[in-house]
Amino acid sequence: MKTGTEGAKRGFVDYLWERMSKGSFWATKLKSWLWVFIRTVLISGISFIILYPILIKVVIAFKDPIDLYDATVVWIPKHFTLDNFKLVSDALHFPKIMLNTALLSGTVMFLQTLCCVLAGYGFSRIKFRGSGLLFGCVIFTILVPPQTIMIPTYLQYKNFDVLGIVSLFTTQPINLINTYWPFLISSALGMGLKTGLFVYIFRQFFRGIPKEMEEAALVDGSGTFGTFTKIILPNAMPAVVTVMLFSFVWQWNDSYFTGLILNDAKVMSSMMSTAAAQILFFLTPPGGSFKPDPLYLSMIQNTAVLMAISPLIVMYLFVQRHFVESMERSGLVG
Amino acid sequence: MKLPKLGLTLHQKQKYKGVWFILPWFAGFLLLFFTPLINSLRYSFSKLELNETGFSIQSVGWANYRNALFVDEHYVRTLTESMLNMVINVPLIVIFSLFAAVLLNQKFKGRALSRAIFFLPVILASGVIASIENGDYMQGVIKSASQQASGESAMFQSLELAKLLYSSGVNHHIVQYLVGAVERIYQIVTSSGVQILIFVAGLQSISGSLYEASKIEGATAYESFWKITFPMISPLILTNVIYSIIDNLLGSQTTKQIQETAFKSFQFGLSASMAWIYFAAISIFLWVVAMLISKKVFYYD
Repeated sequence: MKTGTEGAKRGFVDYLWERMSKGSFWATKLKSWLWVFIRTVLISGISFIILYPILIKVVIAFKDPIDLYDATVVWIPKHFTLDNFKLVSDALHFPKIMLNTALLSGTVMFLQTLCCVLAGYGFSRIKFRGSGLLFGCVIFTILVPPQTIMIPTYLQYKNFDVLGIVSLFTTQPINLINTYWPFLISSALGMGLKTGLFVYIFRQFFRGIPKEMEEAALVDGSGTFGTFTKIILPNAMPAVVTVMLFSFVWQWNDSYFTGLILNDAKVMSSMMSTAAAQILFFLTPPGGSFKPDPLYLSMIQNTAVLMAISPLIVMYLFVQRHFVESMERSGLVG
Repeated sequence: MKLPKLGLTLHQKQKYKGVWFILPWFAGFLLLFFTPLINSLRYSFSKLELNETGFSIQSVGWANYRNALFVDEHYVRTLTESMLNMVINVPLIVIFSLFAAVLLNQKFKGRALSRAIFFLPVILASGVIASIENGDYMQGVIKSASQQASGESAMFQSLELAKLLYSSGVNHHIVQYLVGAVERIYQIVTSSGVQILIFVAGLQSISGSLYEASKIEGATAYESFWKITFPMISPLILTNVIYSIIDNLLGSQTTKQIQETAFKSFQFGLSASMAWIYFAAISIFLWVVAMLISKKVFYYD
């Protein structure tokens, strides 16, 4: 018995020796190592390019103003401080704006996802004459640049009056500019930012879910809406999560629609575009001719940007693993 | 006995129930998309003036279009520039994202982490954050400091690359293109997040048996990429090209100009007509591209 295993071992060693003495073995080994090396270099290089701006901001944000003119300090500050964060949150009323933005983005995300799930499901199931045309409309909303309908949209919200219903109760149409209503209305009716894309993703996703599942539920006595909430939605979670993230992030970052509707810097994205001026105002003592140091200003501004995107990054870390799965199953692929 | 046919069959009922699901979207489409679209077309043919009670409209025919194309000194130039930029950027973005997706689809240590980093531009590259990036003081300081440390500037590095390419006998225009690409690498990487995501998902859905079979037949990795991966992923290339075009145009100079014409100089009619010319240019371009690519696209089913 013992000799048997020994023999086998020797056989294996011989075999290994024979393989390793061949040139082709080393050639393939070298090739694969070379590939691994190149791949590692490429991936880490590109990752660095992507992370570079964030790293810079982190470095700047923790720097003490003393380090600004120290030539030996480039990346790692000598004096760590949290003063910059404190200053930003005072100067820009940061907590309040953060809360506003989070509430707005959250509501928009919820309404938008709801509307798009419904529409996507509808589009995946109905089939009558003209349903293709209707879906063509979804694609059309993706293709038309939002600037094309910018002015009428603005005027529509400025004199908001749906089919003359509003003017029945009040004498004149209401002005919705500088309120949150336009965001809520457009997202609830599925015409918010890039909504066409979301409908498309959901429709493709639902097409991948077999019809038999719904039929079984129907036979068991569940209604159409019951089937939808109990069978279809739980199955669509990856797509829902992805769309929610997109919707939240795009609302958070959007400067186009927000800039159009909101005049005051009430939310993050409009705050960011005026941050420099606000910080300057905050740092300049009233009546004085003293001008703050531009480098210091820029440092504070970088801190502000970092604070604005940090919630997104935290959220992203949790949701990111659903990304590929949902895209794969969404059939966007096939 | 034959039962009388009452109403609709189950399948028909289901079909029409689907309409209820679409209803909110459809209402939005009519009220918030179609109406503004028609209005915008109307405004583009008229002079729009805001006053206390609302606004007044006077029809002026094609004057706005004439103004945009022949009178305004910037519009035509910005339009051609944004189109040209797009023509240059989109192929780079698509090729880069396909390449990155192939890399990310392989098995190696730290794949989850590198995927997370590669998809990060999806959330960061949009909106104001990207616009603040440029022309920032502090970042400029750090950049120049690190360049001093490494002893050469970025400009010089790409000159080296150009020299190398020239001496190996590459066509002048291609060299220019590649050097430009290297200089804009950040822009390209950050605008290809969604595209990489779509490609990775597509690569994962290609069944492994195809690769196994080709390996047994003796195909190299290079061959199996061009004979299997590329055809299988070609529908997604079409999707990604279209997505990149639209995405690229959203942040272009022209859109900025359209916005400024409307809300800074208050020429609403002119702005609307500019937007329509822009839209027409995009749709013609998209149509041509889609035609060209969809001929080559291979559908597995």
